[in-house]
Amino acid sequence: MEPIVEHSGGVIGASWLMIAFPLASAAILLLGGRRTNAWGHLLGVFAPVASFVVAVMCFLQPSGRYDVGLYDFIPGVAKVGLLIDPLSITFALLITGVGSLIHIYSIGYMAHDPERRRFFAYLNLFVAAMLLLVLADNYLVLFLGWEGVGLASYLLIGFWQFKPTAATAAKKAFVVNRVGDFGFLVGLFTIFATFGTFAFGPVFDNAAKASNGTLTAIGIMLLIGACGKSAQLPLQSWLLDAMEGPTPVSALIHAATMVTAGVYLVVRSGAAFFPEGATASLIVTIVGVATLLAGAIIGTAKDDIKKALAGSTMSQIGYMMLAAGLGPAGYAFAIAHLLTHGFFKADLFLGAGSVMHAMKDEVNMRRYGALRALMPVTFITFFIGYLAIIGFPLLSGYFTKDGIIETAMDSNAILGWLAVIGAGITGFYMSRVVFMTFFGSKRWADDVHPHESPSVMTWPLIILSIGSIFLGGYLILSNRLMVYLGPAVGLPEALPQFHPFSPTGLATLALVALGAAIAWVRYGSAEVPQVAPRGSFLTTFARRDLYGDALNEALLMRPGQWLTRLAVWFDNKGVDGVVNGLAAGIGGSSGRLRRIQTGFVRSYALSIFVGAAVLVGAWYVVGNL
Amino acid sequence: MNYWLSLLMAVPAVGAAGVAFIRRDRTAKVATLVISLVTLALTVAMTVQFSPHGDTFQFQEKYDWIPALGIHWAVGVDGIALVLILLSAILVPIVVLASWWDAEEGKRSVRTYFALLLALEAMMIGVFAATDVFLFYVFFEAMLIPMYFMIGSYGGAQRSYAAVKFLLYSLFGGLLMLVAVIALYSLAGKNSFLFTDLIGVIKEPGAQRWLFLGFFIAFAIKAPLVPFHTWLPDAAAQAPAGAAVLLVGVLDKVGTFGMLRFCLELFPEASRWATPVVIALSVIGIIYGAILAIGQTDIKRLIAYTSISHFGFISLGVFALTSQAQTGATLYMVNHGFSTGALFLIAGMLISRRGSQYIADFGGVQKVAPILAGTFLIAGLSGLSMPGLSPFVSEFMVVNGSFQRYAVPTIIATSAVVLAAVYILWMYQRTMNGPTVEGVRELTDLNVREKWVVGPLIALLLVFGFYPKPLIDVITHGVNEAQISIQYTNPAPAVPVAKEGS
Repeated sequence: MEPIVEHSGGVIGASWLMIAFPLASAAILLLGGRRTNAWGHLLGVFAPVASFVVAVMCFLQPSGRYDVGLYDFIPGVAKVGLLIDPLSITFALLITGVGSLIHIYSIGYMAHDPERRRFFAYLNLFVAAMLLLVLADNYLVLFLGWEGVGLASYLLIGFWQFKPTAATAAKKAFVVNRVGDFGFLVGLFTIFATFGTFAFGPVFDNAAKASNGTLTAIGIMLLIGACGKSAQLPLQSWLLDAMEGPTPVSALIHAATMVTAGVYLVVRSGAAFFPEGATASLIVTIVGVATLLAGAIIGTAKDDIKKALAGSTMSQIGYMMLAAGLGPAGYAFAIAHLLTHGFFKADLFLGAGSVMHAMKDEVNMRRYGALRALMPVTFITFFIGYLAIIGFPLLSGYFTKDGIIETAMDSNAILGWLAVIGAGITGFYMSRVVFMTFFGSKRWADDVHPHESPSVMTWPLIILSIGSIFLGGYLILSNRLMVYLGPAVGLPEALPQFHPFSPTGLATLALVALGAAIAWVRYGSAEVPQVAPRGSFLTTFARRDLYGDALNEALLMRPGQWLTRLAVWFDNKGVDGVVNGLAAGIGGSSGRLRRIQTGFVRSYALSIFVGAAVLVGAWYVVGNL
Repeated sequence: MNYWLSLLMAVPAVGAAGVAFIRRDRTAKVATLVISLVTLALTVAMTVQFSPHGDTFQFQEKYDWIPALGIHWAVGVDGIALVLILLSAILVPIVVLASWWDAEEGKRSVRTYFALLLALEAMMIGVFAATDVFLFYVFFEAMLIPMYFMIGSYGGAQRSYAAVKFLLYSLFGGLLMLVAVIALYSLAGKNSFLFTDLIGVIKEPGAQRWLFLGFFIAFAIKAPLVPFHTWLPDAAAQAPAGAAVLLVGVLDKVGTFGMLRFCLELFPEASRWATPVVIALSVIGIIYGAILAIGQTDIKRLIAYTSISHFGFISLGVFALTSQAQTGATLYMVNHGFSTGALFLIAGMLISRRGSQYIADFGGVQKVAPILAGTFLIAGLSGLSMPGLSPFVSEFMVVNGSFQRYAVPTIIATSAVVLAAVYILWMYQRTMNGPTVEGVRELTDLNVREKWVVGPLIALLLVFGFYPKPLIDVITHGVNEAQISIQYTNPAPAVPVAKEGS
C-alpha cells in the first residue's frame, strides 16, 4: 500500500465540490419550498451530474493517495478531510454515475407526484452523504456520512409517509441500522482509545503495533455496523420492508450504493482490522456466505418483484462480503462485483419500476406475464441485467462473481462450494422473475394497459444495460481493477489468472443452467396461478424471510414492550409513589403543625436559618466526638 | 475591572420591573422582546471579547455585600459558565416570541408572565456568573420563584400539583446545599464565600464527603438524575411550552454545571470516592429515561423523559474525568438547550393547535402542515443525536471520552442510541405520518412568528453540528482550568500515534 500524502490545490483540492453540489441543491430545494417546484427536478439532476464531472476529473489525475484537509471539526479528536485514492474515486464514480442515471430516470418516474421536488431534495441529500462516506479521510467523518445516508434512506423509504406501511418500514430501517451503528460506535471508541486518532493514515500505519485482541474487537464491532448498513445477517430484516420506497430509491440506495457501504468499510479497513486469516476476517466470510444463501432463498419465494430483487441484493452483497473477508486476493473482486452489481441491479430495479409504471403500480408478478412484446426496451434491458446477474458467460456478472467464487474456493472449499450453490439458486430465482414477468400468458386485469415507458426512463436503462454487458470484463481481464486499486488496498502475492473453463466455473455454470431450467419448467412453460399456492414448509420459510421478523418480534419487540410497560408502571407507582406517599404523610402531620404557619416570609426565613444552624451544629458535635 | 456581567443581569432585571407596569399587553410583549434581544446582543459582544487563552475567570467583578460574613457580589466567567450564559441569552428571546399568546387564556395578567421571564433571565445569568458560593446559592434558590409562578399560574390543568412538587423537590435540595454551604464556610475558616478562596481548603476526607453529598444531592435533584427525577415530567408537561424550555434547557443545567464547578473542583477527593455511584446512576438514568420515554402517551412528558436520559449522558461526561468527556458534557448542556428547546416549542405549537398533548390524538400532520412536521423531525433528529446536528458532537465526545476510562458503563450507555431512535421516530410516526385523522385536518402550518421561533434554533443546531469548534475552544478553556484544580490526567492511547491530526 502506498502512503497517504497531504495535498491541496488543483483538481484534487477541489474534490469537496463533489459533496457540495448535491448538498447545496438539497438545501435549496428544501428551503425554497414550493417556489422551486417548477425547476426543482432539473437542479436535482444537475447536482449529481456536476459531481460526476468532478469525479471524472479527479479520476484523470495522476493516481495516488491524496489527503485533502478541509477544516478542524472537533479539536483534538478529528478534522474534516477527504481521502482521494483509487478506492474512493472508484466509489465516487459509481455513486455519481449510476446516481445521475437514476436521477434522470426519476424525472419520468415521479412526474405525477406532487412532491417530486422534495423527492429530488432527499435524493441529493443522499448523494452528498454517500460521497462523504466514501471520501472521508477518517472514521468519524465516515460515520457522519454513514448516518447521513441512513437518514436519507429513512426519508426516502417513508417518502409516501401517508401509507402506514411505508412509515413503519422507514422507522424499522432506521432502528435496525442503529443497532449496527451501536456496534460501529463502540468500534470507534476502541479505535480512539487505541490510537488516539480516527485518521486513516496513522491508524493503518500503526495497526500492527496493537494487540491482536484489540484488532479483532475493532474488526467485529465495525462488522456489526457493516451488517446493519449492508443488510447482512443478523441485521438483514429491514431491507425487504425498505421496498416500500419509490423504486428509484430501491435502485440507488437499496441496491447500487448505500447497502454496499458495509463492503466499503471492510475493504477500507481491511489491511488494519481484517487481515487475511484473522478471526474477524473469518467472521466476515461466514456472514457473507450465510447472507448470500439466505438472500437467495428468500428471493425464490417472493411474488413481489421488488422483494425478489431485494432478496437478490442481500445475496449479492453477501458475495461481496465473502470476498472482502478474503484479504487482498478478494478485495478487487469484492469491489468489481460491487461495481457491476451497481449497474445490473440498478438496471433490474429500474426495469421493475418501468414495469410497475406500466402496470398501475402492481408489484405482484403473478399479475404480470407476457410483457416482453408490449415493453420491448424494458424487456431487453431487463433481460441483459438478468443475464449479467446469473453470470451468463462474458457478461459483467460472469467475470466478477466467478472471481469471488474462485478466490473463495482457493481459500476454503466449504466457502467456495456454498458460493457455487448460491449461484445456482440465483439462476433459479432470477429466471423465475423474468419468466413470470415477461413470458407466459398475460395475467393482468382488463383495466391495465401496459405501455413502454417514456424515453427519459428508457435511456438510463439502456446505458445501465450496456454497463451490465461490458464492465465486468473490462475490470477483471488483465486484472485492471486489481492493479488500479493496489495502492489503496494492497495486492495479493500473485496476481490471479483468469481461466475461462476452470472446473469451478463450469460447475457454477451447470448449476445456474439447472436453476434456470427448473424455473422454466415451473414458471415459463407452465401456467402461473394468480394466487400463490400454499406451498411446503420450506416455501413458507422462505416467504416469511426465514422467520427473521418473527424472531425479532419474539426476542426483542415483545419483551421490549413488556419492559417499557413495566418501567412506566414502576416509575409512576414505585419511584413517584414513594415520594407522594411521603408527601401525604407529611401533609397529615403538617395539619397539626399548621398553627406555626404565620404566613410571614420573614419568619419562614428565620426558621430556615435556625434549622440550618442546628444541623451544622449537630454535625460539628458528631464530627468532634 | 468592567461591568459586563452586572450589566447583563441589570438589563433584564430592570426590564422585568418596567414591563410589570406597562398597561398594554402588546407593548409589554414588544418591550420584553426588545430587552431580551438587547441582553443577547450584549452577551454576544461580551463573548467575542472572551480570550480562550486568558485568565480562569474573566470579566470579574467583586464588591463586598455582607462583609461581616465574607459574602460578596462576585461574578466572573470561565469558558463553561460563558457558554451557558450565552445559551440562556439565546433562548430567552426565542421563548418570548414563542410565548406570544401563551399567557392570554388564563386569568392571570399577561404582562406579569413576560416580566417573570425577564426576571428569570437575570437570575439564570447570575447563577452561572456567581463566583461567590453564597451568591450562587441565592440565585440557585431565587430562580425557583419565577419558575414556580410560571408553572403554577400559567400552566396546564394539573399546574398546582406540578408547581408545588417542583418547588418542594427543589427546596429540599436547596436546604441540603445551604447546610453544606454554611459548613464549608465555617470549616474553611477564611471568612470568605469566594469560590477561589474555598478551592482546596477542605482536606479531611470525611468532611469532603459530607459536603460533597450536600451539594451533589441538590444538583442531582436539579439536573435531575434518577431516582430524583419524577418532578420533571410533571413540571415540564404542565408548564407552558416556553417555561418548559427554560426549565429543562437552562435551569436543569445549573445542576450539571454545579456538579462540574462545585462538586468536582471543591471536593475532588470526595468526587473520586463517589464516582462509581454517580457513573452507575448516570448509566441507569440514560437507559431508564429512554425506556420510559418510549412508553409515554403524552408528547411533553415524552420529551421530559428524553431529557432525563440526556442528563445521564451529561453527568457521565462530567464524572468520567477526561478532558474530552467534560468538554463534551459542557457542550451537551448547550446543545441540549437548543435541541430540547426546539422540541418543546414545536410540540407546543402542535399542542396549542390541536388542544391536546396526547400522541393518540394526532396522526398525519405531515400532510396538512409539512413545515411544522419537517421542523419537528429535525428537532427530533437532534434529540437522537443525528450527525450533522450539534447534539451529536457533544454526545460523541461524552461517550468517546468516557470510554477511555469506563469502557463497560459507556458501552451500556451507548446502547441508548437505539432506544433514542425508537422514542423519537415512533413519536414522529404516530403524530406526523399515516392517514390524517379527524381533528388534525384543519391544522394550519407554521406562521411567520413561529418560523422566526424555530428557524434560529434549527440554524444553531446545524451550524454547530458541522462547525462546533468555536464553542469547543471556549469550553476547553474552562475544562482545562477545572482539570488543574481537580488534578486528573487523561488516559493515553494504547498505541501512541505521532500527532499530525487527521
